[in-house]
Amino acid sequence: MNITAVMEALQNQIMQEPFGEYSWIFNLLFYVVFIVFIFYGQRIQMYVMLREVEGSLYKLKYIKDEGRKTAIETIKEIGKPQTDPTVRVDRFLEYFTIPPQSLDPAGVVWKLEHILDTRDVRFKDEVKLMAPAADKTQADNLENTLGVAMALNYIYKVIRHFYLLGKKTLSLYIIMQIQMILPLVMREAEAYASALKAFAYGQPIGDGAGALVAAKIMHGHETRKISKDNVVASVPIEGRTAYVIKAEGPGGNVGKIGDAVKTIIDENEGKIASIIMIDAAMKLEGEEVGEVAEGIGAIIGGPGVDQFKIEESILKYRIPINAVAIKEDIGDNVSPMRKEIFDAVDKSIERIKQVILERTKEGDKVIIVGVGNTTGIGQ
Amino acid sequence: MEMSKTSPSTATKISSFVLMIIFVTLALSLTALILAINAFSYGNDVAAGYLLLIGFLGVALSTYVLFQTRRRILGLRIEMPAITTTVECRKCGFKSVREFQRGDYIFKETEPCQKCNDKMLITAIYREVKEKGREKYPP
Repeated sequence: MNITAVMEALQNQIMQEPFGEYSWIFNLLFYVVFIVFIFYGQRIQMYVMLREVEGSLYKLKYIKDEGRKTAIETIKEIGKPQTDPTVRVDRFLEYFTIPPQSLDPAGVVWKLEHILDTRDVRFKDEVKLMAPAADKTQADNLENTLGVAMALNYIYKVIRHFYLLGKKTLSLYIIMQIQMILPLVMREAEAYASALKAFAYGQPIGDGAGALVAAKIMHGHETRKISKDNVVASVPIEGRTAYVIKAEGPGGNVGKIGDAVKTIIDENEGKIASIIMIDAAMKLEGEEVGEVAEGIGAIIGGPGVDQFKIEESILKYRIPINAVAIKEDIGDNVSPMRKEIFDAVDKSIERIKQVILERTKEGDKVIIVGVGNTTGIGQ
Repeated sequence: MEMSKTSPSTATKISSFVLMIIFVTLALSLTALILAINAFSYGNDVAAGYLLLIGFLGVALSTYVLFQTRRRILGLRIEMPAITTTVECRKCGFKSVREFQRGDYIFKETEPCQKCNDKMLITAIYREVKEKGREKYPP
């Protein structure tokens, strides 16, 4: 008996009388399925969505737990605490910041700055208590690690909230809105996951591209501290004097760039020919990682306090401001620096020199600001 | 310090209950295939055909579920990329590339140069990403 004969027998059976006298059962089954889908189609779709959110929630929980574990392990390794830091870390992960009321927006920037400063001081104190043996660089990196763990904890809790709410209310719209943004949320969470180890080990991250540009320009020149967590170096470039500003590395710092720019402008009584800012910028899908683009304006992220301060300072003396952006996506921004981004640093320096040559005269003074997290980048 | 290892966790383990169900289905499907061969030898073609169908479906289903479970577990893991540190001697130009070590940072002075004994400088720290094949999009 060969396979062909068997297949032929099967085929004949199916063609002649599929399932014999029981074929009515299959007909009935078909109608039942059809009617069930008419009435319960949406509900089935909802359960499918819930299942998808549940799967992502598992992953988020895993990433969040990894974040907590990494933070605790790093504190134990670097900070040499006398007691177990777990309880304090768990408390830290639940911290929240309430932004100022903006019903009357006048002066809201200063209120926001005060809130952020208070938070910063509180975080630094907490890290000091958790890791007494950590030096400044390690403490800065630890603060960033805890910040990432905190962000992961928050993402997980928000998604869990919508998942449970959707399950409780069985509202398609609650579940749908979370399911629709889930791919973007997961991308962000995965990016934070890779940032964890980068901060814990003190590796340069993609966001530090701007800081690296400034570091490369100022390396070998004398630096001095300026405003909180910033350094400046006076560097001669093409017959001009460039004040190069960056956050003080190699710890995980972004500094108060707005204050630093204001101080340099005030020190020079507004006699600054141009300001050139360099920062990592979000690329659009289809653009290459490490692409360098040029523009106008204060290129700086964050809550907006520094951008506001820079814009205020340049407006007073009508100083032109140029921006150089190094393109990267959210994943590259917080994960260890990619080679393409590292290579883009030299291209950015060439662009800066070009801007200086084209936009200023010999003997002029310019400010070059390298914006970004300076973890793993010295000066 | 191992940088490129994945971190194990309870979440990355396959449930023994799920594994048991998969393997029981696989065993039953294989039994069905064996019975199908027996049915052939006895000349019961129709029964053999059905058993063959059930057997193949069972094997395909359990293998699919097994691979899906494995894929889900693999997706949960956080891959840590390998980071390289480039150390350069500014005097003689000697350059060496090594794995990143905790405490490394760009512009850090490190161990003396093997050639001229001058202090070396970390000039680059980065990760290399292998693109998984470029997506096609309109120019």
